[in-house]
Amino acid sequence: MLSKRIIPCLDIKEGRVVKGVKFLGLRDAGDPVEVAKIYDQQGADELVFLDITASFENRKTLVELVEKIAGNIFMPFTVGGGIGEIGDIRNLLNAGAEKVSLNTQAVKFPELISTAAKRFGSQCIVVAIDAKNQGDHWEVFINGGRTPTGIDALAWAEKAARLGAGEILLTSMDFDGTKDGYDLELTRAITQKVNIPVIASGGAGSLEDFYNVFTKANADAALAASLFHYQEFSIGQVKNYLKEKGVPVRLA
Amino acid sequence: MKIAIIDYGMGNIHSVAKAIQSCGGEPVVTGKKSELDAADKIILPGVGAFDDAMAELNRLDLVGAILEQVRRKKPFLGICLGMQLLLEKSQEAKTHQGLGIISGEVVKFGAKSGLKVPHMGWNDLKIVAKDSPLLNGIDSGSQVYFCHSYYPQPADKSVIAATCAYGVEFACILQKDNVYGVQFHPEKSQSAGLKIIRNFVSLC
Repeated sequence: MLSKRIIPCLDIKEGRVVKGVKFLGLRDAGDPVEVAKIYDQQGADELVFLDITASFENRKTLVELVEKIAGNIFMPFTVGGGIGEIGDIRNLLNAGAEKVSLNTQAVKFPELISTAAKRFGSQCIVVAIDAKNQGDHWEVFINGGRTPTGIDALAWAEKAARLGAGEILLTSMDFDGTKDGYDLELTRAITQKVNIPVIASGGAGSLEDFYNVFTKANADAALAASLFHYQEFSIGQVKNYLKEKGVPVRLA
Repeated sequence: MKIAIIDYGMGNIHSVAKAIQSCGGEPVVTGKKSELDAADKIILPGVGAFDDAMAELNRLDLVGAILEQVRRKKPFLGICLGMQLLLEKSQEAKTHQGLGIISGEVVKFGAKSGLKVPHMGWNDLKIVAKDSPLLNGIDSGSQVYFCHSYYPQPADKSVIAATCAYGVEFACILQKDNVYGVQFHPEKSQSAGLKIIRNFVSLC
Protein backbone atom coordinates (compact mmCIF):
# COMPACT_ATOMS: atom_id res chain seq x y z
CA MET A 1 0.00 0.00 0.00
CA LEU A 2 1.17 3.51 -0.76
CA SER A 3 2.59 5.00 2.44
CA LYS A 4 1.67 8.35 3.87
CA ARG A 5 4.79 10.51 3.76
CA ILE A 6 6.49 12.52 6.50
CA ILE A 7 8.53 15.40 5.14
CA PRO A 8 10.85 17.72 7.08
CA CYS A 9 11.32 21.14 5.52
CA LEU A 10 14.57 23.08 5.65
CA ASP A 11 14.87 26.81 5.01
CA ILE A 12 18.02 27.66 3.08
CA LYS A 13 19.72 31.02 2.84
CA GLU A 14 22.85 31.44 0.72
CA GLY A 15 23.39 27.71 0.76
CA ARG A 16 23.04 27.34 4.55
CA VAL A 17 20.25 26.05 6.78
CA VAL A 18 18.59 28.83 8.75
CA LYS A 19 16.12 28.73 11.64
CA GLY A 20 18.51 26.72 13.78
CA VAL A 21 18.37 22.99 13.66
CA LYS A 22 19.23 21.67 17.10
CA PHE A 23 20.66 18.21 16.90
CA LEU A 24 23.01 16.83 19.44
CA GLY A 25 26.32 15.90 17.90
CA LEU A 26 25.77 17.78 14.71
CA ARG A 27 29.09 19.33 13.79
CA ASP A 28 27.58 22.04 11.64
CA ALA A 29 23.87 22.67 12.07
CA GLY A 30 23.99 25.04 9.11
CA ASP A 31 25.22 22.45 6.65
CA PRO A 32 22.24 21.24 4.60
CA VAL A 33 24.02 17.99 3.74
CA GLU A 34 24.65 17.10 7.37
CA VAL A 35 21.10 17.91 8.38
CA ALA A 36 19.75 15.95 5.39
CA LYS A 37 21.82 12.94 6.43
CA ILE A 38 20.30 13.00 9.90
CA TYR A 39 16.77 13.06 8.47
CA ASP A 40 17.75 10.31 6.06
CA GLN A 41 18.85 8.17 9.02
CA GLN A 42 15.64 8.97 10.90
CA GLY A 43 13.65 7.60 7.98
CA ALA A 44 12.20 10.77 6.47
CA ASP A 45 10.36 9.94 3.25
CA GLU A 46 11.37 13.09 1.42
CA LEU A 47 12.92 16.45 2.14
CA VAL A 48 11.92 19.92 1.06
CA PHE A 49 14.54 22.67 0.73
CA LEU A 50 13.13 26.15 0.55
CA ASP A 51 15.54 28.82 -0.62
CA ILE A 52 14.44 31.96 1.17
CA THR A 53 17.00 34.24 -0.48
CA ALA A 54 15.72 33.28 -3.87
CA SER A 55 17.74 35.86 -5.74
CA PHE A 56 19.08 35.54 -9.23
CA GLU A 57 22.72 35.55 -8.05
CA ASN A 58 21.86 32.80 -5.67
CA ARG A 59 20.76 30.34 -8.35
CA LYS A 60 24.23 28.94 -8.92
CA THR A 61 24.75 28.36 -5.20
CA LEU A 62 21.44 26.53 -5.06
CA VAL A 63 22.30 24.26 -7.98
CA GLU A 64 25.66 23.46 -6.39
CA LEU A 65 23.90 22.70 -3.12
CA VAL A 66 21.45 20.38 -4.85
CA GLU A 67 24.36 18.52 -6.45
CA LYS A 68 26.01 18.14 -3.07
CA ILE A 69 22.83 16.86 -1.41
CA ALA A 70 22.11 14.42 -4.23
CA GLY A 71 25.65 13.10 -3.98
CA ASN A 72 25.25 12.30 -0.31
CA ILE A 73 21.71 11.14 0.31
CA PHE A 74 19.68 8.76 -1.77
CA MET A 75 16.17 9.92 -1.08
CA PRO A 76 13.81 12.18 -2.99
CA PHE A 77 13.87 15.89 -2.32
CA THR A 78 12.10 18.98 -3.58
CA VAL A 79 13.63 22.40 -4.05
CA GLY A 80 11.65 25.62 -4.02
CA GLY A 81 11.99 29.37 -3.65
CA GLY A 82 11.81 31.98 -6.37
CA ILE A 83 11.88 29.57 -9.29
CA GLY A 84 10.50 31.21 -12.40
CA GLU A 85 12.51 30.06 -15.39
CA ILE A 86 12.40 26.80 -17.31
CA GLY A 87 16.21 26.91 -17.30
CA ASP A 88 16.25 27.02 -13.47
CA ILE A 89 13.95 24.02 -13.32
CA ARG A 90 16.09 22.05 -15.75
CA ASN A 91 19.30 22.87 -13.85
CA LEU A 92 17.84 21.88 -10.49
CA LEU A 93 16.42 18.60 -11.82
CA ASN A 94 19.65 17.76 -13.62
CA ALA A 95 21.57 18.47 -10.43
CA GLY A 96 19.56 15.75 -8.68
CA ALA A 97 16.39 17.29 -7.25
CA GLU A 98 13.41 14.97 -7.66
CA LYS A 99 10.92 17.81 -7.84
CA VAL A 100 10.81 21.59 -7.95
CA SER A 101 8.24 23.66 -6.16
CA LEU A 102 6.71 26.72 -7.85
CA ASN A 103 4.80 29.39 -5.97
CA THR A 104 4.76 33.14 -6.73
CA GLN A 105 5.93 32.81 -10.32
CA ALA A 106 3.30 30.16 -11.05
CA VAL A 107 0.56 32.48 -9.79
CA LYS A 108 1.89 35.32 -11.92
CA PHE A 109 2.55 33.17 -14.98
CA PRO A 110 0.39 30.03 -14.79
CA GLU A 111 1.72 28.85 -18.18
CA LEU A 112 4.99 28.16 -16.36
CA ILE A 113 3.25 25.11 -14.89
CA SER A 114 2.09 23.73 -18.22
CA THR A 115 5.38 24.41 -19.98
CA ALA A 116 7.37 22.76 -17.19
CA ALA A 117 5.01 19.79 -16.89
CA LYS A 118 5.13 19.18 -20.62
CA ARG A 119 8.89 19.43 -20.67
CA PHE A 120 9.83 17.51 -17.53
CA GLY A 121 6.67 15.60 -16.64
CA SER A 122 3.98 16.42 -14.08
CA GLN A 123 5.60 14.17 -11.50
CA CYS A 124 8.37 16.69 -10.82
CA ILE A 125 6.29 19.86 -10.73
CA VAL A 126 4.96 20.81 -7.30
CA VAL A 127 2.80 23.90 -6.91
CA ALA A 128 3.07 25.48 -3.47
CA ILE A 129 0.03 27.40 -2.27
CA ASP A 130 0.03 29.72 0.75
CA ALA A 131 -3.61 30.15 1.75
CA LYS A 132 -5.35 32.33 4.31
CA ASN A 133 -8.88 32.08 5.61
CA GLN A 134 -10.98 35.10 4.54
CA GLY A 135 -14.26 34.04 6.12
CA ASP A 136 -16.13 32.50 3.23
CA HIS A 137 -13.09 31.33 1.26
CA TRP A 138 -9.31 30.88 1.37
CA GLU A 139 -7.19 33.43 -0.45
CA VAL A 140 -3.85 32.73 -2.14
CA PHE A 141 -0.91 34.85 -0.95
CA ILE A 142 2.40 35.21 -2.77
CA ASN A 143 5.87 36.63 -2.12
CA GLY A 144 6.36 34.56 1.00
CA GLY A 145 2.88 35.30 2.30
CA ARG A 146 3.23 39.08 2.03
CA THR A 147 1.04 39.81 -0.98
CA PRO A 148 -2.66 38.97 -1.28
CA THR A 149 -3.77 38.01 -4.77
CA GLY A 150 -7.56 37.97 -4.60
CA ILE A 151 -7.38 34.43 -5.97
CA ASP A 152 -9.45 31.68 -4.39
CA ALA A 153 -7.21 28.86 -3.17
CA LEU A 154 -9.57 26.06 -4.23
CA ALA A 155 -9.93 27.48 -7.73
CA TRP A 156 -6.17 27.95 -7.97
CA ALA A 157 -5.42 24.39 -6.83
CA GLU A 158 -7.83 23.05 -9.42
CA LYS A 159 -6.30 25.21 -12.15
CA ALA A 160 -2.76 24.23 -11.17
CA ALA A 161 -3.69 20.54 -11.37
CA ARG A 162 -5.34 21.07 -14.72
CA LEU A 163 -2.22 22.83 -16.04
CA GLY A 164 -0.14 19.81 -15.12
CA ALA A 165 1.04 20.20 -11.52
CA GLY A 166 1.85 16.78 -10.09
CA GLU A 167 1.45 17.73 -6.45
CA ILE A 168 0.20 20.55 -4.23
CA LEU A 169 2.20 21.76 -1.24
CA LEU A 170 -0.49 23.45 0.81
CA THR A 171 0.44 25.81 3.63
CA SER A 172 -2.18 27.26 5.94
CA MET A 173 -1.03 30.75 6.85
CA ASP A 174 -3.54 30.79 9.69
CA PHE A 175 -2.18 27.65 11.32
CA ASP A 176 1.52 27.95 10.44
CA GLY A 177 3.58 28.36 13.61
CA THR A 178 0.62 27.84 15.97
CA LYS A 179 1.27 24.16 16.79
CA ASP A 180 -2.50 23.79 17.00
CA GLY A 181 -2.53 21.12 14.32
CA TYR A 182 -2.90 21.21 10.57
CA ASP A 183 -5.77 23.13 9.01
CA LEU A 184 -8.05 20.15 8.47
CA GLU A 185 -10.84 22.14 6.88
CA LEU A 186 -8.58 23.74 4.27
CA THR A 187 -6.68 20.52 3.59
CA ARG A 188 -9.89 18.54 3.20
CA ALA A 189 -11.33 21.14 0.83
CA ILE A 190 -8.24 20.93 -1.39
CA THR A 191 -7.89 17.13 -1.36
CA GLN A 192 -11.55 16.88 -2.38
CA LYS A 193 -11.00 19.34 -5.20
CA VAL A 194 -7.93 17.88 -6.91
CA ASN A 195 -6.90 14.42 -8.02
CA ILE A 196 -3.18 14.84 -7.38
CA PRO A 197 -1.27 14.27 -4.12
CA VAL A 198 -1.45 17.01 -1.48
CA ILE A 199 1.24 17.78 1.11
CA ALA A 200 -0.25 19.50 4.17
CA SER A 201 1.90 22.11 5.89
CA GLY A 202 1.62 24.46 8.84
CA GLY A 203 0.58 23.84 12.41
CA ALA A 204 1.97 20.44 13.40
CA GLY A 205 2.42 20.33 17.16
CA SER A 206 1.54 16.83 18.32
CA LEU A 207 1.55 13.23 17.14
CA GLU A 208 -2.21 13.33 16.85
CA ASP A 209 -2.01 16.23 14.40
CA PHE A 210 -0.33 13.93 11.88
CA TYR A 211 -2.96 11.26 12.43
CA ASN A 212 -5.76 13.78 11.93
CA VAL A 213 -4.45 15.30 8.73
CA PHE A 214 -4.08 11.86 7.13
CA THR A 215 -7.35 10.33 8.33
CA LYS A 216 -9.65 13.35 8.53
CA ALA A 217 -8.36 15.48 5.67
CA ASN A 218 -6.98 12.80 3.34
CA ALA A 219 -3.55 14.42 2.98
CA ASP A 220 -0.93 12.29 1.20
CA ALA A 221 2.00 13.76 3.05
CA ALA A 222 2.58 15.97 6.08
CA LEU A 223 5.33 18.54 6.25
CA ALA A 224 6.85 19.99 9.40
CA ALA A 225 9.88 22.08 10.22
CA SER A 226 10.55 23.29 13.75
CA LEU A 227 8.88 20.26 15.31
CA PHE A 228 11.60 18.07 13.84
CA HIS A 229 14.42 20.59 13.93
CA TYR A 230 14.01 21.11 17.67
CA GLN A 231 13.59 17.38 18.18
CA GLU A 232 10.23 17.64 19.84
CA PHE A 233 9.55 14.45 17.95
CA SER A 234 11.73 12.33 15.75
CA ILE A 235 10.46 11.10 12.40
CA GLY A 236 10.56 7.57 13.82
CA GLN A 237 8.33 8.53 16.74
CA VAL A 238 5.74 10.04 14.42
CA LYS A 239 5.80 7.01 12.17
CA ASN A 240 5.57 4.48 14.97
CA TYR A 241 2.60 6.33 16.38
CA LEU A 242 0.87 6.38 12.99
CA LYS A 243 1.64 2.72 12.38
CA GLU A 244 0.06 1.78 15.70
CA LYS A 245 -3.04 3.72 14.75
CA GLY A 246 -3.28 1.87 11.44
CA VAL A 247 -2.00 4.57 9.08
CA PRO A 248 0.25 3.10 6.35
CA VAL A 249 3.78 4.43 6.83
CA ARG A 250 7.22 3.28 5.83
CA LEU A 251 9.34 2.22 8.77
CA ALA A 252 13.02 2.48 7.85
CA MET B 1 33.11 -2.18 -13.35
CA LYS B 2 32.41 0.57 -15.90
CA ILE B 3 28.75 1.52 -16.04
CA ALA B 4 27.65 3.83 -18.81
CA ILE B 5 24.76 6.13 -17.91
CA ILE B 6 23.20 7.37 -21.11
CA ASP B 7 23.08 11.16 -21.12
CA TYR B 8 20.40 12.35 -23.51
CA GLY B 9 19.21 15.44 -21.72
CA MET B 10 16.35 13.77 -19.84
CA GLY B 11 17.19 14.70 -16.27
CA ASN B 12 18.57 13.35 -13.03
CA ILE B 13 21.76 11.75 -14.38
CA HIS B 14 23.73 13.07 -11.43
CA SER B 15 21.81 11.10 -8.78
CA VAL B 16 22.16 7.87 -10.72
CA ALA B 17 25.90 8.40 -11.18
CA LYS B 18 26.37 9.09 -7.47
CA ALA B 19 24.39 6.01 -6.51
CA ILE B 20 26.50 3.83 -8.83
CA GLN B 21 29.63 5.30 -7.31
CA SER B 22 28.48 4.62 -3.77
CA CYS B 23 27.74 1.01 -4.79
CA GLY B 24 31.28 0.42 -6.01
CA GLY B 25 30.73 0.97 -9.73
CA GLU B 26 32.50 3.40 -12.00
CA PRO B 27 29.87 5.60 -13.65
CA VAL B 28 30.53 7.00 -17.12
CA VAL B 29 27.96 9.62 -18.08
CA THR B 30 27.92 9.62 -21.84
CA GLY B 31 26.04 10.14 -25.06
CA LYS B 32 28.73 8.50 -27.19
CA LYS B 33 28.42 5.14 -28.92
CA SER B 34 32.10 4.35 -28.38
CA GLU B 35 31.72 4.72 -24.63
CA LEU B 36 28.62 2.52 -24.58
CA ASP B 37 30.71 0.00 -26.42
CA ALA B 38 33.53 0.25 -23.89
CA ALA B 39 31.26 -0.01 -20.83
CA ASP B 40 30.56 -3.26 -18.98
CA LYS B 41 26.95 -2.31 -18.34
CA ILE B 42 24.52 0.36 -19.41
CA ILE B 43 21.85 2.35 -17.61
CA LEU B 44 19.13 4.29 -19.41
CA PRO B 45 17.71 6.77 -16.89
CA GLY B 46 15.01 9.27 -17.72
CA VAL B 47 12.46 11.68 -16.41
CA GLY B 48 9.98 13.50 -18.63
CA ALA B 49 7.89 12.74 -21.66
CA PHE B 50 8.12 9.59 -23.81
CA ASP B 51 8.08 11.40 -27.17
CA ASP B 52 10.78 13.87 -26.14
CA ALA B 53 12.98 11.05 -24.86
CA MET B 54 12.71 9.00 -28.05
CA ALA B 55 13.24 12.14 -30.15
CA GLU B 56 16.45 12.85 -28.23
CA LEU B 57 17.72 9.26 -28.56
CA ASN B 58 17.05 9.49 -32.30
CA ARG B 59 18.69 12.89 -32.61
CA LEU B 60 21.80 11.62 -30.84
CA ASP B 61 21.70 8.55 -33.07
CA LEU B 62 21.70 6.25 -30.03
CA VAL B 63 18.79 3.93 -30.82
CA GLY B 64 20.83 1.60 -33.03
CA ALA B 65 23.71 1.63 -30.55
CA ILE B 66 21.43 0.68 -27.65
CA LEU B 67 19.84 -2.17 -29.60
CA GLU B 68 23.30 -3.38 -30.62
CA GLN B 69 24.56 -3.44 -27.01
CA VAL B 70 21.44 -5.27 -25.87
CA ARG B 71 21.89 -7.83 -28.67
CA ARG B 72 25.42 -8.38 -27.46
CA LYS B 73 23.96 -9.35 -24.07
CA LYS B 74 25.44 -6.47 -22.12
CA PRO B 75 23.54 -6.00 -18.82
CA PHE B 76 21.14 -3.12 -19.36
CA LEU B 77 18.95 -1.30 -16.83
CA GLY B 78 16.16 1.15 -17.65
CA ILE B 79 14.99 3.42 -14.83
CA CYS B 80 11.53 5.05 -14.73
CA LEU B 81 11.00 6.63 -18.17
CA GLY B 82 14.12 4.73 -19.26
CA MET B 83 12.26 1.52 -18.46
CA GLN B 84 9.14 2.61 -20.32
CA LEU B 85 11.22 3.27 -23.44
CA LEU B 86 12.14 -0.45 -23.50
CA LEU B 87 8.58 -1.26 -24.59
CA GLU B 88 7.06 -0.92 -28.05
CA LYS B 89 4.80 2.05 -27.50
CA SER B 90 3.16 4.33 -24.94
CA GLN B 91 -0.26 5.88 -24.49
CA GLU B 92 1.63 9.05 -23.67
CA ALA B 93 3.36 9.15 -27.07
CA LYS B 94 1.82 10.83 -30.09
CA THR B 95 4.65 10.50 -32.57
CA HIS B 96 7.29 8.02 -31.43
CA GLN B 97 7.54 4.27 -30.98
CA GLY B 98 9.63 2.87 -28.13
CA LEU B 99 12.79 0.79 -28.43
CA GLY B 100 10.72 -2.40 -28.65
CA ILE B 101 13.19 -4.49 -26.67
CA ILE B 102 10.29 -5.81 -24.58
CA SER B 103 6.96 -6.29 -26.32
CA GLY B 104 3.95 -4.54 -24.88
CA GLU B 105 2.90 -0.98 -24.17
CA VAL B 106 2.97 1.72 -21.54
CA VAL B 107 -0.43 2.81 -20.21
CA LYS B 108 -1.76 5.53 -17.92
CA PHE B 109 -3.24 4.93 -14.49
CA GLY B 110 -7.01 5.06 -14.89
CA ALA B 111 -8.83 8.01 -13.37
CA LYS B 112 -10.74 5.66 -11.07
CA SER B 113 -12.47 7.41 -8.22
CA GLY B 114 -10.06 8.25 -5.46
CA LEU B 115 -6.92 7.23 -7.35
CA LYS B 116 -4.54 10.14 -7.37
CA VAL B 117 -2.23 10.44 -10.34
CA PRO B 118 0.80 10.66 -10.33
CA HIS B 119 1.46 7.63 -8.14
CA MET B 120 3.88 9.35 -5.82
CA GLY B 121 5.70 8.04 -2.80
CA TRP B 122 6.87 4.83 -1.14
CA ASN B 123 5.08 1.64 -2.06
CA ASP B 124 5.61 -2.10 -1.55
CA LEU B 125 7.30 -4.45 -3.97
CA LYS B 126 5.74 -7.84 -4.55
CA ILE B 127 8.48 -10.08 -5.85
CA VAL B 128 7.51 -12.50 -8.59
CA ALA B 129 10.92 -13.65 -9.85
CA LYS B 130 12.40 -14.78 -6.56
CA ASP B 131 15.67 -15.89 -8.16
CA SER B 132 16.29 -12.63 -10.07
CA PRO B 133 19.90 -11.56 -9.48
CA LEU B 134 18.70 -7.95 -9.44
CA LEU B 135 16.54 -8.70 -6.40
CA ASN B 136 19.09 -10.52 -4.31
CA GLY B 137 18.35 -9.60 -0.68
CA ILE B 138 15.13 -7.78 -1.58
CA ASP B 139 11.93 -9.25 -0.15
CA SER B 140 8.29 -8.66 -0.90
CA GLY B 141 7.16 -5.74 1.22
CA SER B 142 10.37 -3.76 0.68
CA GLN B 143 9.40 -0.19 -0.10
CA VAL B 144 10.79 1.90 -2.93
CA TYR B 145 10.08 5.40 -4.21
CA PHE B 146 7.69 5.82 -7.13
CA CYS B 147 6.91 8.98 -9.04
CA HIS B 148 5.01 8.30 -12.28
CA SER B 149 1.68 8.47 -14.12
CA TYR B 150 2.26 5.64 -16.63
CA TYR B 151 3.25 2.02 -16.15
CA PRO B 152 4.35 -0.84 -18.42
CA GLN B 153 2.05 -3.61 -19.58
CA PRO B 154 4.32 -6.25 -21.11
CA ALA B 155 2.70 -8.66 -23.57
CA ASP B 156 4.59 -11.62 -22.15
CA LYS B 157 3.85 -11.80 -18.42
CA SER B 158 6.91 -13.95 -17.80
CA VAL B 159 9.12 -10.84 -18.01
CA ILE B 160 7.49 -9.43 -14.85
CA ALA B 161 9.96 -9.75 -11.96
CA ALA B 162 7.96 -7.71 -9.43
CA THR B 163 4.66 -5.91 -9.15
CA CYS B 164 3.24 -3.09 -7.09
CA ALA B 165 -0.36 -2.32 -6.16
CA TYR B 166 -1.83 1.11 -6.87
CA GLY B 167 -5.43 0.87 -7.99
CA VAL B 168 -4.23 -1.98 -10.19
CA GLU B 169 -1.43 -4.44 -9.70
CA PHE B 170 1.15 -3.25 -12.21
CA ALA B 171 4.55 -4.52 -13.33
CA CYS B 172 7.25 -2.45 -11.63
CA ILE B 173 10.32 -4.57 -12.39
CA LEU B 174 10.85 -6.23 -15.76
CA GLN B 175 13.54 -8.69 -16.65
CA LYS B 176 14.20 -10.18 -20.06
CA ASP B 177 17.53 -11.97 -20.39
CA ASN B 178 20.18 -9.28 -19.84
CA VAL B 179 17.68 -6.42 -19.85
CA TYR B 180 16.14 -5.05 -16.65
CA GLY B 181 13.70 -2.23 -16.08
CA VAL B 182 12.48 -0.61 -12.87
CA GLN B 183 9.55 1.80 -12.73
CA PHE B 184 10.61 3.31 -9.40
CA HIS B 185 13.76 5.28 -8.60
CA PRO B 186 16.34 3.00 -6.97
CA GLU B 187 18.73 5.96 -6.77
CA LYS B 188 16.20 7.68 -4.50
CA SER B 189 15.02 4.65 -2.53
CA GLN B 190 17.54 4.71 0.29
CA SER B 191 18.87 1.32 1.38
CA ALA B 192 16.45 -0.87 -0.60
CA GLY B 193 17.21 1.08 -3.76
CA LEU B 194 20.94 1.01 -3.23
CA LYS B 195 20.78 -2.74 -2.72
CA ILE B 196 19.17 -3.12 -6.15
CA ILE B 197 21.82 -0.88 -7.70
CA ARG B 198 24.56 -2.85 -5.95
CA ASN B 199 23.05 -6.05 -7.35
CA PHE B 200 23.15 -4.55 -10.83
CA VAL B 201 26.74 -3.39 -10.36
CA SER B 202 27.82 -6.87 -9.30
CA LEU B 203 25.95 -8.79 -12.02
CA CYS B 204 28.26 -10.90 -14.15
